[in-house]
Amino acid sequence: MIHFEKRLNPSRITTVVTPIIAVILTMIAGGIMFAALGKPPLEAIRIIFWDPLFDPNFASYSRPQLLVKAGPLILIAIGLSIGFKAGIWNIGAEGQYIMGAVFGAAVALAAYPADSVLLFPAMVVSGACGGWLWAMIPAILRTKFNTNEILVSLMLVYVAESILASVAQGLLKNPEGYGFPGSRNLQQYPSAFNAEVIANSGMHWGVISAFIAVICAYVMMTRHIRGFEVRLMGEAPKAARFSGTSTTRLVVFCLGISGALAGLAGMFEVSGPSGQITIDFNSGYGFTAIIVAFLGRLHPIGILLAGLLMALTYIGGELAQLMLGLPGASIQLFQGMLLLFLLATDIFTNYRIRIGGAK
Amino acid sequence: MKDILLDINGLTKAYPGVVANNNVSFQILCGEVHALLGENGAGKSTLVKMIYGLVKPDSGSMTFQDQQFMPASPNAARGTGVAMVFQHFSLFDALSVAENIALGMDDAPKSRDLAKNIRQVSNAYGLPLEPNRIVGTLSAGERQRVEIIRCLLQNPKLLIMDEPTSVLTPQEVEVLFKTLRQLKSEGTSILYISHKLEEIRALCDTATILRHGEKVDTCIPATTTAREMAEMMVGASFANPIKANREMGDTILSLKNVSASSAEAFGTSLQGISLDLKEGEILGIGGVAGNGQDELLATLSGEMTVASDMIILDGQAIGKQGPTARRKIGLLSAPEERLGHAAAPAMSLRENTVITAAERKSLLNNGFIDWTAADQYTQDIIADFDVRTLGTHTPAGSLSGGNLQKFVVGREVLQNPKVFVVNQPTWGVDAAAAASIRQKLLDLADNGAGVIVISQDLDELLEISNRFCAINEGRLSKIVPTATLEMDQIGLMMGGATAEQEGADA
Repeated sequence: MIHFEKRLNPSRITTVVTPIIAVILTMIAGGIMFAALGKPPLEAIRIIFWDPLFDPNFASYSRPQLLVKAGPLILIAIGLSIGFKAGIWNIGAEGQYIMGAVFGAAVALAAYPADSVLLFPAMVVSGACGGWLWAMIPAILRTKFNTNEILVSLMLVYVAESILASVAQGLLKNPEGYGFPGSRNLQQYPSAFNAEVIANSGMHWGVISAFIAVICAYVMMTRHIRGFEVRLMGEAPKAARFSGTSTTRLVVFCLGISGALAGLAGMFEVSGPSGQITIDFNSGYGFTAIIVAFLGRLHPIGILLAGLLMALTYIGGELAQLMLGLPGASIQLFQGMLLLFLLATDIFTNYRIRIGGAK
Repeated sequence: MKDILLDINGLTKAYPGVVANNNVSFQILCGEVHALLGENGAGKSTLVKMIYGLVKPDSGSMTFQDQQFMPASPNAARGTGVAMVFQHFSLFDALSVAENIALGMDDAPKSRDLAKNIRQVSNAYGLPLEPNRIVGTLSAGERQRVEIIRCLLQNPKLLIMDEPTSVLTPQEVEVLFKTLRQLKSEGTSILYISHKLEEIRALCDTATILRHGEKVDTCIPATTTAREMAEMMVGASFANPIKANREMGDTILSLKNVSASSAEAFGTSLQGISLDLKEGEILGIGGVAGNGQDELLATLSGEMTVASDMIILDGQAIGKQGPTARRKIGLLSAPEERLGHAAAPAMSLRENTVITAAERKSLLNNGFIDWTAADQYTQDIIADFDVRTLGTHTPAGSLSGGNLQKFVVGREVLQNPKVFVVNQPTWGVDAAAAASIRQKLLDLADNGAGVIVISQDLDELLEISNRFCAINEGRLSKIVPTATLEMDQIGLMMGGATAEQEGADA
């Protein structure tokens, strides 16, 4: 008989090895699925994992895309992971992402066509504020009225989507857009354009911000008292209060920081790769980032890697649809498998397998 | 010679990293009260769980009335005639006594018959209990009666009791002992687990002593001194705390008519608590669990705040200050619940020092934690308080209860508090560790700190405190010098005779 046995201490080796095993298991199971669909399995896996980075024909396009897609995922996931560590569940990053984009774009559109080096920094601040304000709604409702921040933040996503649709067709609509919904394209407004820092690398300011966020989060969580309070609140809430940590302050802090980072991600997206506010501007980064945060085990470095991996499967998946005519659903299935295997192998961090032995 | 009821032969049970029971053999005779004695972690619980069918032994065998006995589940054990009263009750507050009892029975009779049975048993054994009362309204002692009657309704041949007196007042203990003696005279055997040696001497016929999972000795408690039994348990002799004659200083802490409602759903509100504590004084606060001890500690630690001038420390009104501010001016505390409240189980000892020592030990540098300093302070605690651990990186949750308690108390005491408040300093701690913790508290008072010890262990309070009072339903009794205290008086104080009532009676 096989059964699980709790490890005395979580294994450090398995923490590192299990994600790799999960990726390999995903490749095997995915290969079987592709074969069943009548597609060459090895080629499909090569196209998903290898070609976006190294194929001479595609890499020049898809390599920058990797950073473009991973940047916002990582930025949002870092913010979320801090709250998740403390047991404060911001599920509404998508809404904060939208509000960050709307606030950031609004500053640029209000200033149009003025030319100033201060415009872009002002947009950054405004975007962060937009996300922060949107996150303060669940924060204040929770601290004042003890509402559930999961529900409130999630519901506010749909409010934010309605606001987005409204401003895309009204307040922020391009006056020279022949009546089509959507704002001016900020890519054509040099002062507001979030251009690539290195040409053809995909490395725009949002990606750089994401890397900075990774480092800051790492330092805060390991060395700073605020990070310690966050971890303590997650591990033992009573001990945190005994220590003197104010729950109210921590809720405001965690929701605020995740909201601000999500807002930043939205602002960098609207001023860069997307370029304009449209009705369907948001593409689910705020929700995918929740997965990225957990894939990365709520650890900053883990999130960095998980964000890149997630971005890779998106790009590789698109490529495989294009090259092999794989159905889109099969790519989603493939990503689902990756999640499943990662979470399933996670158990080995805290448990080991015993075969036979105990009766 | 009496017949053997339960013969335990070479029971062994190993968990990863630890052998809980190694080749344990002893016999329980028909109609005897058999004590099972040992420090925390000595393997008492595992052994009892094997007898009650909750855990399967790796090897060894048992016979019950000369029949092979290896219960696969508590159901099977009950079927054979083994019943158990756990230390922590498993009762539903919202249900009546009879409903609770019916839930625990394998084939419960009709409710009218059951109520009749309950009345019969409760009369027969002197355990007054009304079947229709809602359990939520019962005292701890009455709740225990529910558990005992639930067992007795099944006519057990062996009744296992795990630390039954930890929640009782001295009077309630007497009632319980009378019941147990009556059961014994009717031929029921009792396996009695406790670390209160005087109780064992008063009640038990034989004692089996476990240490590190092995049976080390057997003795007749009536003819053995408590000290000898304690030394068998620990395997070494240890020093009793010494209460030095010390000078009291000025009043350092005053509580003035402190009232506060509990934040917890089933908590107890504090009602008009007043006390004065002098420098160098140890004030003992006794009382049955759940009478406001946790709330009193929270009010002093700063987790619960009250009106500013309700708490005066060294002339400062601090009722509104939070835990950090109070620590800064020297009011430190250690709550009862070690894991999850005083310490975070998954965090290392080093990280756990930061929970309370960050300010006074200057472990912070512009908000950044100085891990080298934290590590150094952790090592100081480990060395000074003899905490047995692999190192400063060990998670707090992997320490034994006694060692973690030494760590938690040490973490505060070594910060040189002006006032130290501790709730249940030696709960579930082995005798040697308990003695050393008490000595540290005495030393702290010798050095001029005021100490408040909240405890349910009366012997402990009488041993170390200068003055004693009891807390009952959130009210404090009159505070009296320990030296002049009688056991009867303590019982009355714990039962709720408050200062005003006593004044009125006089």
